[in-house]
Amino acid sequence: METVIPNALVWLIFLLPILSFAVIAFFVRPFLNKPRLSGYISISAIFSSFILSIWVLISLLSAPSHELVIPNFSWLIIEGGVSIHFGLLINSLTVVMLIVVTLVSLMVQLYSQGYMHGDPGYHRYYAYMSLFTASMLGLVMVDNLLLMFVFWEMVGLCSYLLIGFWFHRSAAASAAKKAFVVTRIGDFGFLGAILLLLSQTGTLDIAQLHSLAIAGTLAGTVLTLAALGIFLGAVGKSAQFPLHVWLPDAMEGPTPVSALIHAATMVAAGVFLVGRMFPLFEHSQTALLTVAIIGGLTAVLAATMGLVMPDIKRVLAYSTISQLGYMMLGLATGGIAVGMFHLFNHAFFKALLFLGAGSVNHATGTFDMRQMGGLRKVMPWTYATFLIASLSIAGIWPLAGFWSKDEILLSSIHNQPILFYLAMATVFMTAFYMFRVVFLTFGGQYRGSSGGSHSSRPHESPSVMTMPMVVLAVLAIGSGWINITGGFNQFLGHGETHSFTEGFFGILAHPLPWVSLILAGAGILLAYAIYSARWLSAEQITRLFAPLHLLFSRKYWFDELYENIIVKIILLKGLFAGVKLFDSKLIDGGINTFFIENVLFRRFFSSLKLFDDKGVDGAVNGVADSTIATGRVLSKTQTGQLQLYGVFIILGILAISLTLFFSS
Amino acid sequence: MSLSLEHYLILSAALFSIGLYGALTKRSAIVILMSIELMLNASNISLVAFSRYIVPTLLTGQVFTIFSIAVAAAEATVGLAIIMAIYRSHETIDATKVDLMKW
Repeated sequence: METVIPNALVWLIFLLPILSFAVIAFFVRPFLNKPRLSGYISISAIFSSFILSIWVLISLLSAPSHELVIPNFSWLIIEGGVSIHFGLLINSLTVVMLIVVTLVSLMVQLYSQGYMHGDPGYHRYYAYMSLFTASMLGLVMVDNLLLMFVFWEMVGLCSYLLIGFWFHRSAAASAAKKAFVVTRIGDFGFLGAILLLLSQTGTLDIAQLHSLAIAGTLAGTVLTLAALGIFLGAVGKSAQFPLHVWLPDAMEGPTPVSALIHAATMVAAGVFLVGRMFPLFEHSQTALLTVAIIGGLTAVLAATMGLVMPDIKRVLAYSTISQLGYMMLGLATGGIAVGMFHLFNHAFFKALLFLGAGSVNHATGTFDMRQMGGLRKVMPWTYATFLIASLSIAGIWPLAGFWSKDEILLSSIHNQPILFYLAMATVFMTAFYMFRVVFLTFGGQYRGSSGGSHSSRPHESPSVMTMPMVVLAVLAIGSGWINITGGFNQFLGHGETHSFTEGFFGILAHPLPWVSLILAGAGILLAYAIYSARWLSAEQITRLFAPLHLLFSRKYWFDELYENIIVKIILLKGLFAGVKLFDSKLIDGGINTFFIENVLFRRFFSSLKLFDDKGVDGAVNGVADSTIATGRVLSKTQTGQLQLYGVFIILGILAISLTLFFSS
Repeated sequence: MSLSLEHYLILSAALFSIGLYGALTKRSAIVILMSIELMLNASNISLVAFSRYIVPTLLTGQVFTIFSIAVAAAEATVGLAIIMAIYRSHETIDATKVDLMKW
C-alpha cells in the first residue's frame, strides 16, 4: 500500500455512506424485504470509510505540514464576486474527526443490528444512519464555510429524523421538533457569521480566512462578531448554555442514536467548528473569553442537573452537555489540541456509556434507575464495560479521560483561574453522578418488576451488542495514551506551552493530577456511601438540600422560561395579530379603494365602451343605413309609370348619340 | 324658294318631337296612341324625303313607308286592344294611374 491515499478515494469517504443511504432508501426499503440487508449495506459502507480514514491518517503522517491538498472543483462562480469551490481540507484536525466519526459510527451500527432487531423501521433507521454519517464526514472534510453550513444543516436534519424515529410517540415527535428549533437558533448565528465574513472578506474559504485572521487583515469588531456568530452555531449544536435544553429531550430517540449523535459526533460538531475556525478565535480575545465562560458555566450547570435525574439517559445527556462545556473550556484556554483531545476520548467512553444504557434497557425494558439494580450479576459484559467507561469519564488514572481532563485543568488554571475552580467542582460532580448511576443500576438488588424485551428475568445482551462495547471499552482505556508524550498535541500542530509531556507515570509527579484524582475519588466514595453502602440516606440528603434539589431537578426552570417566553411570544403574537390587523385593514382597504378606483376606472372603461359602441356600431349601421337610404331613394325611380321609363330611354338615347356625335 | 332635303327633315324632326312630347307627357292613353302614330308618320316623312332626294330612281323609301303605314295600323289596333283591356280592369285610361310595375 502506497503511503499517500489517492485523491479520489478521499472523496469516497463521505460518498460511500451517501451511496449506502441512496441504495437503502430507494431500493432496499421499498422493494426488498430482507430486513438485515440494509444493516449490512450501511455497515460495509461505514467500514470502508473507516479503512479509508485510517489510510488518510497514514498518508497525513508522512505528508509535509500534516496536510493533504485535494484539488477542488468549481461549484459557483459569480463574475467579479464570490466563487465557491467544492473542495476538501484534510489536515490533522480533519483526520482526528474522521477516525472518531467512522469508528464510533461503525460500533454503533454494529450494535444497532441487535438493538433495533425486529423494529419495523429497520431500513429507515439504517438509511438515516448512513445519511447522518455521510453528512458528518462531509462536514469535517469540506474547505469552505458555505458547504460546511450545508452539511451542518444536514446533520441537524438527520438528528431530527433520528430523534423522532418513533414518530408516533408524541414525546419523540416534539423532542425532535425542539431539537431542530433550538439548534436553528444557533444556526442563525452561524449564518450571520458566514454572511458577515463574506461581505467583509469576499471569501468563505477556510484556509484563506485563517491567513486573513493571522495576518491581521480580518480583525477588530468584524472578527469578534464573526467568531461570536460561529460560536453561537456551536452553542446550538453542542447544547451549551443557554441552548442546552434540547439534548435531554433528544433522549427520546433510540439509544444507539443517542450514542452516536448526541454523545460522540454531532454534538462534537460544535467543538469541531470552533477548532476549525480557531485562528479567528485566537485573534479575538472577546470571543475566546466568551467561549471559555460559556464552556465552564455549562460544565457546572449541567453537572448539577445530572446529579438528580432518575433516568439513565438523562444523566448521560447532562453529562454530555457538561463534558462539551469542558471541551469548550479546553479550546479556549489551551488551544485546539486540548479541546480536541477531550473530544477524542469523550466520543469513545460516552458512546460506550450510552450503549451500555441501551443494553440495560434491552434487558429490563426501562431507563428508570429506580427500577433497576443488581444487574452486575446477570450482565457481566455490560457491567464491566460500563464501569470502565465511568472510571474513564471520572478521570481516573490511567484511563483515557484522566489524560484529557487534566490537560484542560492545566490550561484553565493558567488562563482562567475562576473557571478552573468551576471545572474542579465539575470533576467532583461528574464522578459522583456517574457512580450514582453505576451503583443504582448495577449494584444492590434488582428492584424491577419484570424483565425487558425477551424474558421475565434480565439477561445479558447478545454479542452483536456487547462486542462493539468491548471495542469501545478498550478505546476508553487506551485512547488517552496517544498524548502521553505530547504526540497528539504536536499532531494537531499545537505544541502548547502548558501540557503534560512526562509520560505514563511521570505525570503523577505533578500536584494537579493528584488533586483531580482525589476529587474524583471523593465523588465516587460519596456515591458509594449513599447508593451502595447506605451509610448516608439519599432521602435525607435530598430533604437537607431540598431547594437545591428542586432547582436541579426542575432543570433550573429553563424549559418553563423558554416556553412561557414563547407564550409571551404568543402574546407577542398579539403584536403579530395587531400587525396582521393593520395589514389587513391597510391592504384590503387599499385594494377596495383601488377597486373603487377601478370602478372609477370603469367609468373610463365605460366611456370607452360607449365610444366603442357608438363608433363601431354607428359605422357599421351607418353603412347599412346609407345603403338602404340610397336604395330607397333609387327605388323612387320605379314608379311603374311607363311614360317615365320612356323619358329615361329618350334621355339615354340622347346621351349616347350626343357622345357619338361629339367623339367622332 | 325651292324645298330641299333639310326642310323635310326639319319637318320630320319637329313632328317627331311633338309626338315624343305627347307620348311622354299626356295622361290619356288614346292621346298617347295618337302621339305614337304621329312619331311613326314623322319617320315616314323623313324616309320618303331621303329616298326622293338621295336616290330618286330607286323608290326604296316610298316602298318602306308603305310597309311602315301598314305596321302602324296593326300596332294601333293592338294598342287599342291593350287600352280596352286596361280599361276593363282599371276603369281608367289615365296612364299615370297604371303603376303596378313598381317597387
